[in-house]
Amino acid sequence: MPLLRVEHLRVDFAARAAVADVSFDIAEGETLGLVGESGSGKSTLARAIVRLAASRGQVWWRGEDLARLDGAALRRARRELQIVFQDPLASLDPRMTAAESIAEPLRNLMPEIGAPARAERVARMLARVGLTNREGGRYPHELSGGQCQRIGIARAMISGPKLLICDEPVSSLDVSVQGQIVNLLVDLQREAGTAMLFISHNLAVVRQVSHRILVMHEGRIVESGSREQIFAAPAHPYTRALLAAVPSIP
Amino acid sequence: MPESSPALQVEELRVSFLPHGTRGGCRPSIAVRGVSLAVAPRECLGIVGESGSGKTQLFLAALGLLPPRSVATGRVRFEGADILGEPPDRLNLVRGSRVSMIFQDPMTALTPHMRIGAQIAESLVHHAGASWRDAEREALRMLERVSVPEAGRRMRQYPHELSGGLRQRVTIGMSLICGPALLIADEPTTALDVTVQAQIIELLRSMRSEVGMSLVLISHDLAVVGQLAERIAVMYAGRIVECGPARQILHAPRHPYTAGLLACTPDLTRPLAARMPTLGGQPPGPAEEIRGCAFAPRCPRAAERCGVERPQLESRTSAGGAEAAVACHFPLLP
Repeated sequence: MPLLRVEHLRVDFAARAAVADVSFDIAEGETLGLVGESGSGKSTLARAIVRLAASRGQVWWRGEDLARLDGAALRRARRELQIVFQDPLASLDPRMTAAESIAEPLRNLMPEIGAPARAERVARMLARVGLTNREGGRYPHELSGGQCQRIGIARAMISGPKLLICDEPVSSLDVSVQGQIVNLLVDLQREAGTAMLFISHNLAVVRQVSHRILVMHEGRIVESGSREQIFAAPAHPYTRALLAAVPSIP
Repeated sequence: MPESSPALQVEELRVSFLPHGTRGGCRPSIAVRGVSLAVAPRECLGIVGESGSGKTQLFLAALGLLPPRSVATGRVRFEGADILGEPPDRLNLVRGSRVSMIFQDPMTALTPHMRIGAQIAESLVHHAGASWRDAEREALRMLERVSVPEAGRRMRQYPHELSGGLRQRVTIGMSLICGPALLIADEPTTALDVTVQAQIIELLRSMRSEVGMSLVLISHDLAVVGQLAERIAVMYAGRIVECGPARQILHAPRHPYTAGLLACTPDLTRPLAARMPTLGGQPPGPAEEIRGCAFAPRCPRAAERCGVERPQLESRTSAGGAEAAVACHFPLLP
């Protein structure tokens, strides 16, 4: 049984299908890369999976219809399915310190954990994502973009998710920082056995992290394959155009 | 003015921002800490640096476009005349006609309630005293030259009706309508999709030779800059740390920061490494006092001297006559 199965997913904006008939699986521990240009529907797809956008079709989470979960089952799914957004500053509450932001999901999703145990987990997670205790006491505006994204990742990972959806997690960061964040994500994923849906327009980053890759264009998956297949022998003309357009050092 | 003299010459430019409020401990932010450079006629100079390196502020200051509460000192000469600190009415004689600047987000340069055709024509009416009729005819020709499809129809449209790529073509057309001697393009493709980016780079390449202008291409992406630039200057923490012919910067960098940035630059033609190449740490903040080399805390080659003595940008001329400069006590190559 796959961890996540998406079947015939469709999201309509006004008269247009932003996502049209998309189906795929993600296995436990697997990283699925999703590439496409702006307007291709990749972010809308991510939002539809976590029910931030209204959609048609089915999303199966560990064999159960995600739309029908409620009560304890829904709370568990929320804990197990986390998302990291592109703009790290905008996705953090400006009135919370880094440590408070990281503690928030635990407080909401795992209230059974008492305050002392929670504080200990937060401290461990802060250190794991490469932030000092001093930085844990700071507010988002006092931190760099890379540090804010470390908080975003810590927030997503603290509830022990089975699947991490990363929506352009390094696109707003400088190139020297992008690698730090990508390596951190890959390390955390290996340690915890988390699966990832890694969405990006940056083909070099997708190549680095993905086992399999989906190429999305105008709301549809136009090609899917292993990383080696997509980069060495792209079949669809759009995939070929996308790969050819990436500048390399001349 | 003799042909060989630079189109733009910047000497010891410094840019700082005064802090808001007067609480103790508030220090001014320093964006540019002393930069000198020259852009030759018809040359493409690439400026590379990460966010906060001062690459944008340097050129905003040169053109008198800094916001209030900022201070720029030094000297800027454009086509032989001093322009730093000149009043707006004098600057406006050259801005938009002899020198233009385009930005990452084309919407910042476009007026939302004005039709595309009128926005491009306005510049000719204002700077060259053309009639609106003639100017609009020229605007249409320019839209065709920058490869905007259905130019006649686009003339009557508003900016919000165009895609990001088309909008950037329009701002490029606008910036070129008066035949400038210099175009400064600040991250012109960063907000665009990779397929559109490739088209805009090609457009800048062809327009540059067609207009015969100098081009300053500012970007965080060495691969993008490398597509067009003949010379590249690398900025870090408000200073140029290395400058030289593009080939040399891209294939034989001497400054460890240039080498680190190159290693981090995404390139699909390179073999896949087990981990993404990184540069540890982060650049100093704008209010931080820098002792010694600003890159020393992140530098794999740093020694004691680097923490106390700031390396000067030292130039040398190679056998081929090309000039290259590096500010490093322990450069990667002699």
